[in-house]
Amino acid sequence: MAFEPKIIGFLCNWCSYTGADLAGVSRIKSAPNVRILRTMCSGRVDPAFILKAFQLGADGVIVMGCHLGDCHYQEGNYKTVRRLPFLKRLIKDFGIDPRRLRLEWVSASEGDRFAKVVNEMTEEIRQLGPLKLSVHREIQRAIAHQ
Amino acid sequence: MAKPKLALYWAASCGGCEIAVLDIHEKILDVAAAFDIVFWPCAMDFKYHDVRAMEDKSIDLCLFNGSIRNSEGAEIAHMLRAKSKVLVAFGSCALEGGIPGLANLTTKEDICRVVYKDTPSTVTQNGGVYPQTHSKMKEGSIEIPELWETVKSLDQVIDVEYYVPGCPPQPEQIWAVIEHIISGKPLPPKGSILGATDKTCCDECPRDRKEKKIKQFFRPFEIQTDPNECLLDQGIVCMGPATRSGCGALCTKANVPCRGCYGPPPHVVDQGAKMVSALSSVIDAVEPEEIERILDQIADPMGTFYRFSLAHSILRRVEKA
Repeated sequence: MAFEPKIIGFLCNWCSYTGADLAGVSRIKSAPNVRILRTMCSGRVDPAFILKAFQLGADGVIVMGCHLGDCHYQEGNYKTVRRLPFLKRLIKDFGIDPRRLRLEWVSASEGDRFAKVVNEMTEEIRQLGPLKLSVHREIQRAIAHQ
Repeated sequence: MAKPKLALYWAASCGGCEIAVLDIHEKILDVAAAFDIVFWPCAMDFKYHDVRAMEDKSIDLCLFNGSIRNSEGAEIAHMLRAKSKVLVAFGSCALEGGIPGLANLTTKEDICRVVYKDTPSTVTQNGGVYPQTHSKMKEGSIEIPELWETVKSLDQVIDVEYYVPGCPPQPEQIWAVIEHIISGKPLPPKGSILGATDKTCCDECPRDRKEKKIKQFFRPFEIQTDPNECLLDQGIVCMGPATRSGCGALCTKANVPCRGCYGPPPHVVDQGAKMVSALSSVIDAVEPEEIERILDQIADPMGTFYRFSLAHSILRRVEKA
């Protein structure tokens, strides 16, 4: 069976989640590979959530938030704009291709942009292939043991 | 009534935890008076077969330090688990892999190559040899334990009742734990962290903190730090915000940034991820180039953020290239 990327998307409640909604109601077609988790702000996305997604088998993670200056909480996404490049460095050190982690700004009116970044990310991860980590095997072994 | 039985063991560790137990000074006599010490390879002459001959659950308390990185450590861990009523992961290595866990940055092959071939002081013949688990010679055959590819924390190998963090755990904290057990008071719920508190190292640190805005990171030797101000405020990467309290902020009181040995604070699973989060919040930059320039100044993020906790972090090890 052909490889279908599993991508976890953390979308902020105020802009990007609404943007994804708009893509839906506008009937814009986009790849079904992104599993969306709604967070109140992109600044709420703890780096541990992203590492956990990779640990549990995600092939990629995409974080979407409001454009800079548009944050519902004034400066939540300014934390994200530093956190994600930092985390990309860290996952690179762990041996994970940093392209598997992406940050995009999608506003509530950008349904088309949501579809575009989802399709781009899905295509990129498809090229990179499945993410294989030794921790996947260990966790499967631990689950089988229980 | 027979005294309760106490066992201490070291797996992959430096021996500092054993010294820390002795650092309770004359109270060690109280320990010897309260317990029958039945196994302590560092200090007393018992053999593995002595323990193997004991009945299951006959050891009342086992303090196990060291991470597990070879077949011997795992074998003794499983044996002590069967023989012990209460088994404590004692010290950073047992708790979260510790310094030996940094071996997870590389591979068994690379470690062996450096140690047995590449070091300048090693003279090799015929390309050198690695230790073999089985070797035959005319007197008979010899077996040595097999080194693992990945270092594990104790609770990734066996079930553990309690955890005592620290590299090493502080003597007064060790004594508090032992005293609690001697007193016969009810034990805390399984999985508890003993000998530490529930806040971060910053909570115990006496330095003055301001609103943080960092434009430049320094390594400790690069600047003369102010002894009364927060080290992080001064641009020194200090693990305090992502580390459990309990040590009394020993390092920062001595002008040295926290190394993170007490492990992650409550509700934090990954010390490195928490550190990324904490530092991202205080870096004073918005433009991508500026952010990258500041991030470039942080030396060895993996070795700093995961100095003690790599083996027990979310991803556990670096993937082989």
